[in-house]
Amino acid sequence: MADRINITIDGEKVNVDGGLTVLQAARRSGFHIPTLCDDDRLKPYGGCRLCLVSIEGIPRPVTACTTPVTDGMVVETSNDHIERLRRTIVELLLSDHPNDCMTCDRAGDCTLQELAYFYGLRDNRFWGERRRYEDDDLNPFIKRDMEKCVLCGKCVRVCREVQGVGAIEISYRGFGAKVCPPYERDLNCEFCGQCVSLCPTGALSGKQWSGKGREKDVKKIKTVCPYCGCGCNLTLHVSRNEVIRVSSEPDTINEGWLCPKGRFGYEFIKSPDLLKSPLIRKNGKLEEVTWDEALKFVSEKLGSIKEKYGPDAIGGLSSARCTNEENYLFQKFIRAGIGTNNVDHCARL
Amino acid sequence: MPKAVDIRICMGTGGIAAGASAVLERFEEELSSTGVGASVRENCSRHNVGCRGFCARDVLVDVILDGERTTYQYIKPDMVQRIVEEHIVSGNPVEDWVVTDDYHNFHEKQVKVVLSDCGEVDPEDINSYKSRGGYKAVESVIGSKTPEDVIEMIKSSGLRGRGGAGFPTGLKWEFARKPESDQKYIICNADEGDPGAFMDRSIIEGNPHSVIEGMTIGAYCIGADKGYVYIRAEYPLAVKRLRIALEQAKEAGYLGENILGSGFSFNIKVKLGAGAFVCGEETALIASIEGQRGMPRAKPPFPAQQGLWGKPTVINNVETFSNVPYIVTKGPDWFSSFGTEKSKGTKVFALTGKIRNTGLIEVPMGMSLKEIIYDIGGGMERGEFKAVQTGGPSGGCIPKDMIDINVDFESLAKVGSIVGSGGMVVLDDTDCMVNIAKFFLEFTQRESCGKCTPCRVGTKRLLEILDRVTEGKGKSGDIELLLTLGQDIKDSSLCGLGQTAPNPILSTIKYFRDEYEAHINEKRCPAAVCKAMLTYTILEDACKGCTLCAKACPSDAISGEKKKPHVIDQGLCVKCGACFDTCKFKAVHKE
Ligand SMILES: Cc1cc2nc3c(=O)[nH]c(=O)nc-3n(C[C@H](O)[C@H](O)[C@H](O)COP(=O)(O)O)c2cc1C
Repeated sequence: MADRINITIDGEKVNVDGGLTVLQAARRSGFHIPTLCDDDRLKPYGGCRLCLVSIEGIPRPVTACTTPVTDGMVVETSNDHIERLRRTIVELLLSDHPNDCMTCDRAGDCTLQELAYFYGLRDNRFWGERRRYEDDDLNPFIKRDMEKCVLCGKCVRVCREVQGVGAIEISYRGFGAKVCPPYERDLNCEFCGQCVSLCPTGALSGKQWSGKGREKDVKKIKTVCPYCGCGCNLTLHVSRNEVIRVSSEPDTINEGWLCPKGRFGYEFIKSPDLLKSPLIRKNGKLEEVTWDEALKFVSEKLGSIKEKYGPDAIGGLSSARCTNEENYLFQKFIRAGIGTNNVDHCARL
Repeated sequence: MPKAVDIRICMGTGGIAAGASAVLERFEEELSSTGVGASVRENCSRHNVGCRGFCARDVLVDVILDGERTTYQYIKPDMVQRIVEEHIVSGNPVEDWVVTDDYHNFHEKQVKVVLSDCGEVDPEDINSYKSRGGYKAVESVIGSKTPEDVIEMIKSSGLRGRGGAGFPTGLKWEFARKPESDQKYIICNADEGDPGAFMDRSIIEGNPHSVIEGMTIGAYCIGADKGYVYIRAEYPLAVKRLRIALEQAKEAGYLGENILGSGFSFNIKVKLGAGAFVCGEETALIASIEGQRGMPRAKPPFPAQQGLWGKPTVINNVETFSNVPYIVTKGPDWFSSFGTEKSKGTKVFALTGKIRNTGLIEVPMGMSLKEIIYDIGGGMERGEFKAVQTGGPSGGCIPKDMIDINVDFESLAKVGSIVGSGGMVVLDDTDCMVNIAKFFLEFTQRESCGKCTPCRVGTKRLLEILDRVTEGKGKSGDIELLLTLGQDIKDSSLCGLGQTAPNPILSTIKYFRDEYEAHINEKRCPAAVCKAMLTYTILEDACKGCTLCAKACPSDAISGEKKKPHVIDQGLCVKCGACFDTCKFKAVHKE
């Protein structure tokens, strides 16, 4: 970690970590600078140009997201010139946007909409041609509405920098620039949905939750992913007592990243086959029993087998879905409780 | 019969396009059939040489007999026989085809440094370059002078980058020398994407070794052992000659391992660009070499700190590198004796437009625009001088009343234009300034990489406004909108492309606002260029009823009886101008 340094932001002296960018330093000190293309977990990009700030001694505005702090730096996060530029940028983006917030899933949870609201942009000086793209609906998970894309490049970068896949890139030039797989075919995607989680507008969303309810209608419930021992933190979006979407917050042990199962594989919750209590086979038929009865049954059986055939007649196989702690306890139980080394784990196979 | 015959044929891309290969072939045939080749033997040489700048006169042929040079212009293969018979065999130059005074005027005021050997040396023969002092600079530097001394020399020469920004070259090298690093790189920027620019192509086609020599000296100065030439694939001849030159330099020991026994090693790779203007921007160029999409990134860090693969990298323009060997051999004082206080040396320009002599020129920095246009360029071709566009799509226009301006970095910047990489388009009264601005905007908009919002969307909106203005649909307030949006794009774009893209608009509004106003308020194009606002009419008094216009009209809009005045049906007219061009009596009027 770099040394701490002193800088001035909007007239206020703050002490910050010297390895930060101006944007990070401002955020951590409680100053708000708008941005569409920045994410703390990705490399600085400098594409949307909304985070332009004035820095004493530098003649032109610079992007806070790409500028490292230096000792004694004097930063202004807002002034007439900067606000004029930001406003123009938002207006330009809106001039090439469907502006159909009424029917957009992301209404209420959209950075572009927030910016339009902040700058009060109802009319637009720059109305003109808009990009038009055919809907193509070829994958089961990710819904794309490329007309809403602001080319912030987060999807491209997360795919390359975090997921290490590089399935998509910006293609074409000028106004026709577009995020797509190479040659607009051969999508080499793992459907982790990291891109969906970062998209600041309605350009990328999940097919499963599209049309099921907006941000304001959901209750968010934090839980841990049941799929594997990683224990990723999940946020369940619940509407009318139904989980309509799964997301994850950046400030979690998994930094907000999920795998396809964690992000999209929650439909089983609604399955009628879902086990809700233990079952014991009685007279050839599985019957629901209480936990007490089930545990008693298992312990009696294990006890009698051990007595009759010795502990090595018993073996334990545990699941990768269990946490480390659960697996530890399980082997302890088999080794110390039962008294055998016959214990293994499915992830070893 | 002369004792020595040397024939030099201009075989740059321009020369070849004009038929130089066939001319060379005919010389081979004629020299052997007339027995000249046999009689003078090894003293008979036929060279292809690079561009001498005056491509409009191609094919240019020098016939040098016993040291005496005669230059012919507009030579076609079937003219060769007469030259060989009358001139080479009998000693009487074919006066009709010898270059005229304007050829000499074109060259007289030029000062050639980087072009001094272009058109003289055979670009595919290292010995030809060496015979004119080539590689003396590398020999005098490597192993004999310290890198610091050489950097000092470049600094004191005052050389500034010729790629557009004019950054002091010695200083750039010093920045890259300083950091400790296991690896450094040197890159030659030969992307040359400005429309109409061909300075760098001509240098590489005409004298590739000077660029290689400059790069090697640069590499020695900063401590790089690897170099790249990033050159656009649309320059096949330049690429070919560069590759030949690299092979030859390596064979001769000026490149490769342990150069001249000094322990210093340096290798150069050629990297082909796919023809994106933005890839000329240094950080985009670096991304492109790294195999990524050519998109610029924010600076700092500058390439000299973190460039190719994150290592300290010097990136210079072709012309910049090409200056270096001449500075080293002739001395920094000699170099800085040309130019102005802050802009030293010479600059190569591609002089084009409505001017008599078009071509590639090299002039001392600070020469007045007037001298360039009237003395070198020979004045206007037909119309009346109106403005000069310099610096290509990043540049601006300089109007008539500023014709005395000195052409150097500072003076042009002061009036809202730039030297840029050296485009110079002369405009006359038949050029519409709104249309000129639109031409450049179309280019920059198409070539924007799309990374940053103001450039991607903003230039599109600027172009849409210009479109409607030139279509006669301009609205009041459009000029102000162009000005504010243009300024905002300049202030907020990521790289030089967006930061300069509005310049052609801003500078034409500054000096030719009345033309914009005429388009918007009166729906009139003063230069009679913008089709939508043109009306073609036939002047009754002047029309002889010859019917030529009616025959030429593609939409049958012209009617009339023979020998009686014709009329144009405005509803059918598609404004193609065919009638205007065919009328022999100036009876078609356009407005
Ligand atoms: C859009 C854009 C295009 C450019 N194209 C070129 C080019 O074709 N050739 C070039 O030498 N420099 C070009 N440059 C300038 C380079 O970024 C860089 O400044 C230059 O190569 C440095 O070399 P110099 O110091 O020798 O001039 C371009 C810059 C921009 C912003």
